[in-house]
Amino acid sequence: MRSEDYGKLVEEKTPNSPIVKDCFIAFVVGGAICCLGQGIKDIITMLFDLDKESAGTWTTIILVFLSALFTGIGWYDKLAKHAGAGTLVPVTGFANAMASPAIEFKKEGLVLGIGPKLFAVAGSVIVYGTVASFFYGIIYYVVTTFFL
Amino acid sequence: MSKKIGSGTYVMSSPVKITCFDAVVGQKEHDGPLGKYFNNWSDDEYFGQDSFEKAETYIQKEAINRVIEKSGFSAKDIDFVFAGDLLNQCAGSNFCVRDIAVQFFGLYGACSTMAEAMILASMVIDGGFAERSIALTSSHFCSAERQFRFPLEYGAQRPPAAQWTVTGAGCVLLERETDKPSVSIEKVTPGAVVDMSVSDLANMGAAMAPAAALTLKRYFDDTVTSPADYDLIVTGDLGLVGSDLLRELLLRDNISLGSNYNDCGVMIYDTAVQDVHSGGSGCGCSASVLCGYILPEMLKKTYRNVLFVTTGALMSPTSSLQGESIPGIAHLVNLKVQAE
Repeated sequence: MRSEDYGKLVEEKTPNSPIVKDCFIAFVVGGAICCLGQGIKDIITMLFDLDKESAGTWTTIILVFLSALFTGIGWYDKLAKHAGAGTLVPVTGFANAMASPAIEFKKEGLVLGIGPKLFAVAGSVIVYGTVASFFYGIIYYVVTTFFL
Repeated sequence: MSKKIGSGTYVMSSPVKITCFDAVVGQKEHDGPLGKYFNNWSDDEYFGQDSFEKAETYIQKEAINRVIEKSGFSAKDIDFVFAGDLLNQCAGSNFCVRDIAVQFFGLYGACSTMAEAMILASMVIDGGFAERSIALTSSHFCSAERQFRFPLEYGAQRPPAAQWTVTGAGCVLLERETDKPSVSIEKVTPGAVVDMSVSDLANMGAAMAPAAALTLKRYFDDTVTSPADYDLIVTGDLGLVGSDLLRELLLRDNISLGSNYNDCGVMIYDTAVQDVHSGGSGCGCSASVLCGYILPEMLKKTYRNVLFVTTGALMSPTSSLQGESIPGIAHLVNLKVQAE
């Protein structure tokens, strides 16, 4: 049998991910995390009389803390197994990507274990986030300087 | 006299005997359908050690020590140990045998290692180089995840064809002659690497199925037998998807696997409730099912004539990142118990 024919057979026999269900759960959980963030923001704005910007910063800090905490006690990956992109996309997903290798690689030591491995998953987000913001900055500069 | 028949099956001049065996598994394996067959298990995924790699070495040590103890021999009576695992540099096995000064061959055949080790262990006995040898393999879910995939607590979603690495170890002692009740190895068919350009790491059953089909077809052709001649034909860890593909591939060669065909990866977990998707995998999967279930049942004569075919996906994390496909391999051992 040729590889191409086998590839077709594999495709036929391999069950697909339930995309509609996965998208629905991702939508609900991702939305719930965002609602939680909004709720935290509203409450701390009210309680501590914060301006919009510092309330946003504090909300991010609290969400990151909660994500790292739930990663540590082993809840986040159990939720993520069902929620997929719903838990990956919000800032909590980034915190999980940093916290999980920190827990995992502590046996290999602080310098050669946790240090480099911390960015094993999140490194790409930082690198391409920085690159994207660089290009965004250029476009922003050009548009605001010459066209507005 | 040549021991080779046909294109690649080897017949022992006198059957090599498996006299002692043991398996050690984790909690999830003990919770599975074969749970009652596993006497040695722990609900601690660290097995009392301080890292997952040490835990894997520990379960291998447990398995080999139990086998040596049961056999009544001491380590110096064992001529060779053939052992392997999934860790880089076969670390699990190397560290397992470092306290037992026995002559040792470390093997990497991914999940196919158990039959690979048994083939070599029986060949050295049949070749007159050894009286007794040991075949031993292990895998550990957590150490494998760490090495091949993501950190354990990282929130990743597994597709339906993905498999779950078994936490377990299995060990068999092979001897030239014995009065003890034993299972014989009569014929072996070492595998060849087959690559059908499957590159999906979440579908290793599909990558390995063509290798299993090749080895089984070669064995049936060489021995002029058919699946119906065996009580049990069991593959290592093709899972639900891979097993289905193997049936289909063999059907195209007019070989029909009946209800006597099963897969260790499907047997060890309840795929409907244990959230393992396509089933179990890892060198500890076939090894623990063999030593915990198949061999004891053979001594009880539930099965008399068995084909044990372990399957390995021979990629590395680096090769996959560089866009290489997954080469597969399958080694076959024919196990028999004599009729009374």
